[in-house]
Amino acid sequence: MQEIINRAKELLADGTVARVLGWRIGDLPYNPEPSYFETAEDLEKNFVYDGFCGANLSKYMIEGSKLEGKTLVFLKPCDTYSFNQLIKENRVDREKAYIIGVGCKGKLDVEKIKAQGIKGILSISGAEIEGDAETLTVNTLYGDKTVAYKDAMLERCHVCKGKEHMIFDEEIGESKDTKDADRFAEVEKIEAMKPEEKFAYFQKELSKCIRCNACRNVCPACSCRKCVFDSTKFDSAQKANADSFEEKMFHIIRAFHVAGRCTDCGECSRVCPQGIPLHLFNRKFIKDIDEFYGDYQAGADAESKGPLTSFTFGDVEPGVTGGRR
Amino acid sequence: MFKIAKRNLPELLRAIAAEQELYLPVNISGQTNFAVWTEGTEADLDTLKTVKSPKDMFFPQSETLYTVKKENKKLSIQPEALREQRFVAFGMKACDIQGIKVLDKVFLAEPIDTFYAARREHGTIVALACHEPEETCFCKVFGVDCAEPDADVVMWAVGEMLYWKPVTEKGKALTESVSGVLEAADEADEKAVSDEQDNIRAIVEKLPYTNLSLEGWDGNATDAKFNSPVWEKLFKPCLACGTCTFVCPTCQCYDIKDYDTGHGVQRYRCWDSCMYSDFTMMAHGNNRTSQMQRFRQRFMHKLVYFPANNDGMYSCVGCGRCVDKCPSSLNIVKVIKAFEKEAVDQ
Repeated sequence: MQEIINRAKELLADGTVARVLGWRIGDLPYNPEPSYFETAEDLEKNFVYDGFCGANLSKYMIEGSKLEGKTLVFLKPCDTYSFNQLIKENRVDREKAYIIGVGCKGKLDVEKIKAQGIKGILSISGAEIEGDAETLTVNTLYGDKTVAYKDAMLERCHVCKGKEHMIFDEEIGESKDTKDADRFAEVEKIEAMKPEEKFAYFQKELSKCIRCNACRNVCPACSCRKCVFDSTKFDSAQKANADSFEEKMFHIIRAFHVAGRCTDCGECSRVCPQGIPLHLFNRKFIKDIDEFYGDYQAGADAESKGPLTSFTFGDVEPGVTGGRR
Repeated sequence: MFKIAKRNLPELLRAIAAEQELYLPVNISGQTNFAVWTEGTEADLDTLKTVKSPKDMFFPQSETLYTVKKENKKLSIQPEALREQRFVAFGMKACDIQGIKVLDKVFLAEPIDTFYAARREHGTIVALACHEPEETCFCKVFGVDCAEPDADVVMWAVGEMLYWKPVTEKGKALTESVSGVLEAADEADEKAVSDEQDNIRAIVEKLPYTNLSLEGWDGNATDAKFNSPVWEKLFKPCLACGTCTFVCPTCQCYDIKDYDTGHGVQRYRCWDSCMYSDFTMMAHGNNRTSQMQRFRQRFMHKLVYFPANNDGMYSCVGCGRCVDKCPSSLNIVKVIKAFEKEAVDQ
């Protein structure tokens, strides 16, 4: 971590960047927040990069691009896909960003630690970016506990897209291969359900939704200046649901809208206060797009045309072919 | 005081539900929230905090106020009925009950909110003391004692037993109606409960946020806090989602909207969030145009405006749900600490 801080201080000092976008140390062992740093002193005292820095900083660069001068932004390998996609959609200015790709050995989810019955957390060791801890030691008000690092990882890290940064100015630190599950296994399980089972499954999950919009607001693909669900000009402006149909509408419309642009960064599921596996919607679209138009990973580059934003005569007509090439 | 073995909890729940509607914490799809009991529903008394606060039972996230129907060329208006059936809120925590007291200040002041008042009148609160407080808890800062909740009935879960103490008239009436499944407690039981209270209070002293200072936050702090440059830095990570407001036991702002049913209008009210861009939007526009202003509003309301209008009562109860749930790890504790740091730096 010190290497990252030192480099950030250098870039600030030599005027390459006007500010640093990173993570500020939290007041609990697991709650750092995305934050700007403008001085060496602040960086030295308050910057942190550890297993709990799951927040994807790409979307903050929409606002960051409007600021005077360059912003140094730290991106993990999976975050770089989002950044590329935002460049493609002209939502961030590449020239305004100085990107340091930081290494990642899988990000942690405190909810997963708590789900194992661990509470009263006072400190956690093993989450540091240095070293190769396979176990987290959690000191709590109710005694010391241990959790395997893998068991505390965010879902998205189990289906990691890889160790490579897709866009960067320089790289610091090593990444680790954390993939140990098939990305589409859950989707296939749902595809295999009978229609009524599928409906019941989504009904159960989506009825937990409290319409807080955290999934939408954190999503790098949801970058509309004004969301249709916030527009006061339509009946769609709903903070709560007049009926249960609407709560499904919100998530389904959102999934359609980000189809072909969603990089599967997993932020939607990370932030959902009710633990709804929202990424499954997006993965279904990704899987279908792969099958209809050939393998495609949104955000792998910043230039190519997306499968749903270009047309070729060879394109599949899902309605005609029954959904397969 | 009375008692019942934890393994016999279903009997107690069945006895309550035989008389009136019963709401209790239930784990559905991995998340624990208050839900209606039906035969076979399993209570989750081990999860300390439900995701949403229990305020829904008194102030639902969304409720219809009246319905307008059009038939031929005639309009009819059907107001929504007020709650008339009694219900029990089972397993509420001390902080959440303090949250209801905050809501009382808002909805039971003139002009009284009749929908809310009817629910308060018909609800009996059975509280559960917090067996193992967690690191995000800071109720003591707001004078709440989680070892002795202020409710109609108070319960303590100790070992294999659940102890039951009726406090108010409503609580005594409920106890009477379920007396068939309760046993009288003896001196040893009294001792078990008082030991449990000592344990709880000892843990509370060790919580990381327990000594958070509210110095400088009161009804007179508007000028000092409102214009502080600290807000400009603090709000930056805020995603402008409504998570903090929707899990909060005291956030009480609501919006009123019309839903076009195709053959009429359903006028409903739903929770609003000061984090949202159309919050308090009026015909002339919006009086808060930036996210910094909206962010500031939430904390000024809880720690300055509310105490200014309610004899010093804060509208934060220290439940820590915002600490647990904010996607950007921002929360009221960080806000209070940032101002404390600013005061030291100056």
